[in-house]
Amino acid sequence: MSRIYFDNAATTSLDPEVLTVMMPFLTEKFGNPSSVYSYGRETKLAIENARKSVAKILNANPGEIFFTSGGTESTNTAVNAAIRDLGCKHIITSSIEHHATLHTVEYLAHSGQAKLSYVNLTPNGHVDMNNLEELLAGSPDRTVVTLMHANNEIGNLLDIKAVGELCRKYDAIFHSDTVQTVGHYPFDLKNTYIHFLNGAGHKFHGPKGVGILYVNENIQIKPYINGGSQERNMRAGTENLYGIVGFAKALEMATATYEKDSAHINGLKTYMGTRLQELFPGVLFNGDTNGRSLYTVLNVSFPRTEKSDLLLFSLDMAGICVSGGSACTSGASSVSHVIKALHNGKSDSLVPIRFSFCKHNTKEEVDAVIEKLKELI
Amino acid sequence: MELNLPIYLDNNATTPMDPRVLEAMLPYFVEKFGNAASRNHSFGWVAEEAVDYAREQVAKLIGADAKEIIFTSGATEANNLALKGVFEMYASKGNHIITCTTEHKAVLDACKHIEKMGGQVTYLEVKSDGLIDLGELENAITDKTVLISIMYGNNEIGVIQPVREISAIARKHGVLFFTDGTQAVGKVPVDVIADGIDLMSFSGHKMYGPKGVGVLYVRRKNPRVKVTAQMDGGGHERGMRSGTLNVPGIVGLGKACELCMNEMESEGTRLSAMRDRLEAALMQVEEAYVNGNREHRLPHTTNISFKYVEGEGLMMGFNKNIALSSGSACTSASLEPSYVLKALGLGDDLAHSSLRFGLGRFTTDEQIDFTINAITTSVLKLREMSPLWEMYKEGVDIDAIEWAHH
Ligand SMILES: Cc1ncc(COP(=O)(O)O)c(C=O)c1O
Ligand SMILES: Cc1ncc(COP(=O)(O)O)c(C=O)c1O
Repeated sequence: MSRIYFDNAATTSLDPEVLTVMMPFLTEKFGNPSSVYSYGRETKLAIENARKSVAKILNANPGEIFFTSGGTESTNTAVNAAIRDLGCKHIITSSIEHHATLHTVEYLAHSGQAKLSYVNLTPNGHVDMNNLEELLAGSPDRTVVTLMHANNEIGNLLDIKAVGELCRKYDAIFHSDTVQTVGHYPFDLKNTYIHFLNGAGHKFHGPKGVGILYVNENIQIKPYINGGSQERNMRAGTENLYGIVGFAKALEMATATYEKDSAHINGLKTYMGTRLQELFPGVLFNGDTNGRSLYTVLNVSFPRTEKSDLLLFSLDMAGICVSGGSACTSGASSVSHVIKALHNGKSDSLVPIRFSFCKHNTKEEVDAVIEKLKELI
Repeated sequence: MELNLPIYLDNNATTPMDPRVLEAMLPYFVEKFGNAASRNHSFGWVAEEAVDYAREQVAKLIGADAKEIIFTSGATEANNLALKGVFEMYASKGNHIITCTTEHKAVLDACKHIEKMGGQVTYLEVKSDGLIDLGELENAITDKTVLISIMYGNNEIGVIQPVREISAIARKHGVLFFTDGTQAVGKVPVDVIADGIDLMSFSGHKMYGPKGVGVLYVRRKNPRVKVTAQMDGGGHERGMRSGTLNVPGIVGLGKACELCMNEMESEGTRLSAMRDRLEAALMQVEEAYVNGNREHRLPHTTNISFKYVEGEGLMMGFNKNIALSSGSACTSASLEPSYVLKALGLGDDLAHSSLRFGLGRFTTDEQIDFTINAITTSVLKLREMSPLWEMYKEGVDIDAIEWAHH
């Protein structure tokens, strides 16, 4: 049975071309980049070239790009640095952020290091910009705003430029969790008011275990992981060499075919949304599906019935891979915090399913999934 | 047999990956790419199973239970997690940590950070052979001490600390014992039960596994040890380390552990014989000194100072043919003399004239022959041009002159 993988927001398959570029660094080019002899120099060069390439794509300076172990580390580093090194005493976030953000800010608030505010959300899950401005204007202390660019469960997109401008106005530090958009969306960081953003290779057909943190050149932070001079004293630890090389290659590939891929994927999402609406009258779209929404994610809720209760299980039996919440929350099988926040109180009567697409998915696969859903509901 | 140059003798900095490790990893890049935390489909389960299997392989190598293995991005992160995590978790018990001056930077810098957070750290000196003094260790313990952090094997000189004696002291005083096992695990038998270890870090790329993946062992029984997570998020690794798991890296690390376990005995014998031969031959050179204790030492490491020559100059002599390090690779880009060698009491000159030889799984006898020859020739040649050497040969007490200059 050939499986259908509609869980690309959880992780994507590594592109074979990316693996090809990684292979020399998994075999003969293994030197520690801190070593001065040829084995080390060639790997150091590879890392610096990767950095330049990533910086160019994001329209940033190479000096603003730091390689980390992934999106989670980057978020932890950024938010902690805002408090510890940049004098922020107040955090503004939203209740539908990824847990890497939520659990970090909760910890900082709980340990008394910062005050925490949650910005209001509109009914379809967007940040209420007026409320954001009120919170910023009302804060006596320097604030860090941490709001995700695209929500990994419902796909809602933040107006990152508008939030940046508000942060500029109130001299706030701005971090955006861009894990779902780096590799899926064009960035122009030299013309965006933002201090930190992060990316994870495995979300755009790159390798796992590697990410980036962008740190704007106008701010100075201290390392979060201590113990070595790697990443210009900003992130200690022997570099994940092949991962870094793979990250850059995957980002280059994603950028090269962005127009074509995003149009194709958006077509799939729209088509599937339309078909679901035609066939299942009770279906609800979670988030601003047809508005400001990332083209890779389609999140719907079916009314809870005896049959739909087993939907995730039945889809899996049929070789269809989707997600109920987000894979990033290990173990939790109940309705996610995002869906709960959107349907305050009423989420128990719903069965949310996230379909998330990539360039390899096809209209035929969507049709097959729709057929299966007809059987199952 | 034709020798391929350059010869790699810096296996303490990083090791080439064993082809068998790569083979194990390969399916998990493109086909079996699932997120190990995906609970709703088989891509996720396949990844999770692979991670569980690797966890068993890792646990077995060190005599631990699979549940005690926390995967990280490397030993540096694991060291940070152990030190900061214990410091935060046990804050109500005390704020004092004991370590020593020859630890890896990842331990020393994390300790510096802890001091800024209000912690107290005692940095024990080492004896001239690189080992700590157990009496001093015991004397340093106070009722505020929460952790002893002493590395298993040193990355620069290879000395192995008296881990069992250290853990006995820690136990006696109800203090946790963390050891940086990065250089020792997979090279010499390490058993967390017999050795009395409560926490231990290590790294894939030092044991013929992949870079970007490491481990923190955290004991679950007698006593049950807890650390405060330093990376919050999805609650992976039983809440101690969040972030999507690096599945191919973890699979590779598991395989690397299995291979080390199966081959440790024969490799240890082979490498120590080769190392001893190298060392004996280089000690034929006048005024050459082995740094650190030679009895309690990793089988593949020797660190030798050649008096009256500059390590850097020496490196230039054979740089193109032999890859090795004159300090720790992590700092070898700087020209500061090694703080580890200085901690043994070596002066700057002798510290500067040292070379670290790190043999490995792929080192051959032919390579050792070549190295003996190349190093000996280089040292002799440099000394021929050295005025210091000439003075020494004429019987001038150079150390005394140098002192006068300072
Ligand atoms: C929006 C978002 N932020 C952060 C992360 C964390 O990234 P990683 O698991 O690679 O650390 C993820 C996915 O896992 C995500 O979707
Ligand atoms: C003893 C020791 N501890 C920790 C580390 C750090 O390991 P990594 O760079 O893989 O994080 C190293 C090597 O660099 C080491 O030799």
